[in-house]
Amino acid sequence: MKLLAFASRNRRELLRDPWNLAFGIGFPLVLLLLLSAIQANIPVSLFNIEKLAPGIAVFGLSFISLFSATLIAKDRTTSFLMRLFASPLSASDFILGYALPLLPMAILQSTVCFVVSFFLGLPVNVNVLLVLVVLIPPAILYIGIGLLAGSILTDKQVGGVCGALLTNVSAWLSGTWFDLNLVGGAFKRIAYALPFAHAVDAAKAAIAGDYASILPHLWWVIGYATVIMVIAVVAFKRKMNGDNV
Amino acid sequence: MNAIEITGLMKKYKERTAVKSLNLSIEQGTCFALLGVNGAGKTTTIKMLSCLTKPTSGDAVILGKSILTEPQAVKEIANISPQETAVAPNLTVRENLELIAGIYGSEGRAAREKATRMIKEFDLSEVERQKAKTLSGGWQHRLSIAMALISEPQVLFLDEPTLGLDVLARRELWSVIEHLRGKVTIILTTHYMEEAEALSDSIGVMARGELKALGTAAELIARTGAKTFEDAFVALATGSEASA
Repeated sequence: MKLLAFASRNRRELLRDPWNLAFGIGFPLVLLLLLSAIQANIPVSLFNIEKLAPGIAVFGLSFISLFSATLIAKDRTTSFLMRLFASPLSASDFILGYALPLLPMAILQSTVCFVVSFFLGLPVNVNVLLVLVVLIPPAILYIGIGLLAGSILTDKQVGGVCGALLTNVSAWLSGTWFDLNLVGGAFKRIAYALPFAHAVDAAKAAIAGDYASILPHLWWVIGYATVIMVIAVVAFKRKMNGDNV
Repeated sequence: MNAIEITGLMKKYKERTAVKSLNLSIEQGTCFALLGVNGAGKTTTIKMLSCLTKPTSGDAVILGKSILTEPQAVKEIANISPQETAVAPNLTVRENLELIAGIYGSEGRAAREKATRMIKEFDLSEVERQKAKTLSGGWQHRLSIAMALISEPQVLFLDEPTLGLDVLARRELWSVIEHLRGKVTIILTTHYMEEAEALSDSIGVMARGELKALGTAAELIARTGAKTFEDAFVALATGSEASA
């Protein structure tokens, strides 16, 4: 009950911030429509909807980090977290309370992205349901990054790190805008050492019905998500037990 | 019976000692005012007692529960109104109250009923459906204190509760605190001498992390030979009591 009360508060805080809706759902959709419009007017296949939609869905998830990190960092700066730290909420109540409302938001965000993609020519089949499942580990990864950033950064720093740096790294090093094989070399090696390109490739494989190619990429994401979540939990607990509340 | 027993409580931040070996007993159901100039160690003491900060050494037992070994149990029976306003900005006044009731274990209907009672008691009905971020500072402060009381704590820490409140709101809060006397043990920090004098059963004066004096307002005035309680406080806080 305590956890649910806290999670419910966080859900309301997130959904009532119009910027969250604008950036979380609106901005990825604008990019989807814009790049599809460009594709319709160029002779080469650059932004094919089967490849573009999974990339945009993963890119959209990067905003989940921004939302969660901003909420936590603001709670810290406004003494609200001090009030909550003095309450009987346990560390796990806090972590789950912040993380749980974000997962349905991430799934909703991806669903909206794929529904709009249907109108842009994405085939309607069971693979779209599969991709929504495949996108859960990337969603958890981004939630973890948000928890970590919110625990150690101020709300202003969060804007720079999650709002600018993370979204750009997610976009450029994920193969959303271009095929990483075209660039190759060190750029490709760095991209595939990080989880974002693997998340996009796993989602692309799911959409294409190439089921055997999903897990090899998804393990990378699951590995990163696990490590980031553990670090985030440790950082949050240190903050909770520290002197900086 | 004592609600709070503090033994050798100390807090060090690197080289600086914020609270030096504090020993204090506070009787159950009384209002205890902790006074001191900025940086005297009042807020650090409150943070340690409310389990927000771990003491460097020493312990405090709150209604039989140690802040070191049973912090979760202490958190169940105590609540705090922080110095700065602490509300959820995008939640309405009612939602903020129901949130805290829920966090302290009241479910659904019980949480709603408690929220209704606090709205009535703190005269919040005209802003009940307003988001907290749209309220003026005074209203936010009033809500913040109502949030501390909705859990029906046995021990309540009020860190400068009337800071920023207008005279009427301050008097209303005084009235609320008066009503709690005998039922809730209140530890109050304040910079307003008349507030400490009017509300508290006993007063502790802290300076540079140490408890310099303890007693009722009348006792402290008598001890310093001052004319007013404010003069007595100045004498105790500056260490010039002998010449006062």
